[in-house]
Amino acid sequence: MVFTLALRNLLHDRVRLAVTLIGILFSIVLVAVQLGLYLGSSRMITANIARSNADLIVTTFGAKSFEDGGLLLGDRERHQALATPGVESVVPLVVAFAEWRKPEGGSSRVVLIGSDADDQGLLPWGLIQGTVEDIKAPDAIAVDSTYLSELGINGVGDTAQAGGGRVKIRALTEGIRSFTQSPYAYTTLNRARQLLGADDDKSTFLLVKLAPGANITAVQKDLAHRLDSADVLTKDEFESRSLKQWLFRTGAGLALIGGAILGSLVGTVIVAQTLYSSTKDHIHEFATLRALGSSRGYIYKVILAQAGLSAIMGYVLGMAIALLILYFSRNSSLPLVMTPGLAFWLFALTLFMCAISALSAIVKVTKIDPATVFAR
Amino acid sequence: MTTTPVMQAENIVKELGAGAGLVVAVKGVSLELVPGELTLLMGPSGSGKTTLLSILGCIMKPTSGSIRIADTKIDGLSAEELAKVRREHLGFIFQSYNLFPTLNAIENVRIALDVRGVKGFAATSRSEEVLREVGLGHRLTNYPRNLSGGEQQRVAVARAIASSPSIVLADEPTAALDSENGHAVMALLSRIAKEQHRSVLAVTHDPRTLGYADRVVRIEDGRIVGEERRPEGIDSPEITDLTKRRKLHA
Repeated sequence: MVFTLALRNLLHDRVRLAVTLIGILFSIVLVAVQLGLYLGSSRMITANIARSNADLIVTTFGAKSFEDGGLLLGDRERHQALATPGVESVVPLVVAFAEWRKPEGGSSRVVLIGSDADDQGLLPWGLIQGTVEDIKAPDAIAVDSTYLSELGINGVGDTAQAGGGRVKIRALTEGIRSFTQSPYAYTTLNRARQLLGADDDKSTFLLVKLAPGANITAVQKDLAHRLDSADVLTKDEFESRSLKQWLFRTGAGLALIGGAILGSLVGTVIVAQTLYSSTKDHIHEFATLRALGSSRGYIYKVILAQAGLSAIMGYVLGMAIALLILYFSRNSSLPLVMTPGLAFWLFALTLFMCAISALSAIVKVTKIDPATVFAR
Repeated sequence: MTTTPVMQAENIVKELGAGAGLVVAVKGVSLELVPGELTLLMGPSGSGKTTLLSILGCIMKPTSGSIRIADTKIDGLSAEELAKVRREHLGFIFQSYNLFPTLNAIENVRIALDVRGVKGFAATSRSEEVLREVGLGHRLTNYPRNLSGGEQQRVAVARAIASSPSIVLADEPTAALDSENGHAVMALLSRIAKEQHRSVLAVTHDPRTLGYADRVVRIEDGRIVGEERRPEGIDSPEITDLTKRRKLHA
């Protein structure tokens, strides 16, 4: 009967129910979009690090992110790393911003990534046209299909100028987005150095693979000791550092999290307001329940059931709209991400939000004087 | 048939307000209710009868005095403990019926059982049973808005007796009803008292109800000023010539 009464109370006033659901829906959509963007941004920021074939990454000292390494590491550092016990291989990787001149005029910026396919350091993924082998050609480059118009090209076979040389599109990827909005362009290690005008031994990162059985912490410590002008990070550490740089030092992440918190607060206030007003409208019924001998707990259950039912209805509607937004954002340069985990946490957040909203109503019924049943 | 009281109230005093606004609504009332009897508590507006009903119904706490219900002394009990006493021993009928507008007749009865922990099929079949008892077997799924005043009050009666309480308290049960429905509800309360051996106390100022009473207790200005009892051996509900008026207070 608790759920029956709760549901009927909700359905009794359709306008108020609509306001409640709009409040929850608004909140869920806002939080889902903000957190979806946060998650999407995080994935974009860390995708190349996560895909790199390394146990440890050597960066220049204080490099803040994947795009911020410079071209300062040379053969000396590479050999020092190779000489460290527990290290099996050290693969150089070049990452730097470069000017992209469009064939029809105008320019933009790309993040040039140089890595040799044979080294298996960091290769483009999600290829929809061309192969990794195609990128080995002297002027070859691979870009993501999302950015074709931004780069002023139509697809494979088109040419442009990157940095100091001519490049030809030999492969296209799908789903490699850039948080900086400067598309990633993949080429060979030496071609990247040439385009950037760097020395033959220079690289941005050294991707370190450990020998089987080597202790990662010990090797990291040893490498850090030997390479005093470099940082030696695990992939997790470098991902955290990159996220911190782009999401928190720039304020972008805080804005997204702030938006999500604001969405939750607005939703909570709207639901609290409507639940309180519903409880106030049904106060004589709750007083009657009290007079009939119900415990306070029974009445709390009715209010919490109202809140829970509102949460479920609002969540379903909110998620439907959020998924629609997600669908339409899939080909944008900043796609939203929704994972089962995020969907679960959004549901938990909705329930929590509605439970908190029920507090004011619960306080109201706690003060019910059952004697009011005689005053009507 | 036992005449052991199911409720004993002794020297009940209830003060309302404070300071200059202090009003003594009930002034030393003592009352006993026995099973199988329909008692009317009659008095003019402001005489304290509803306040006394609230106290006897464990809804309002007296300022002083003691109440015993079925051997349980309820003085000093907490609000939750009083709610438990209400669940276990009392059924209520209200002047404005106080039905839940969003629940149909059977659900309105079921909810009274639900708060007592009776659920599922047992609750449904008991609710149907009591609604048939009060003559509403054909109105089980009707919502209060689709029931007449008399039918709504009968649903309220069914709700009050569904859990088989030893005491049924009614506040002006006929006040909102026309003559025919008023008589029907009083006949029902009288039958509940007699056939189900419950103690029924109804607060009223409706003279139409007198014929159904086994006892009439008169209250004025917070004091019981008289008590009349139906003469032994006279069963007809039409009897209104109650005798043995007894002045308890000058």
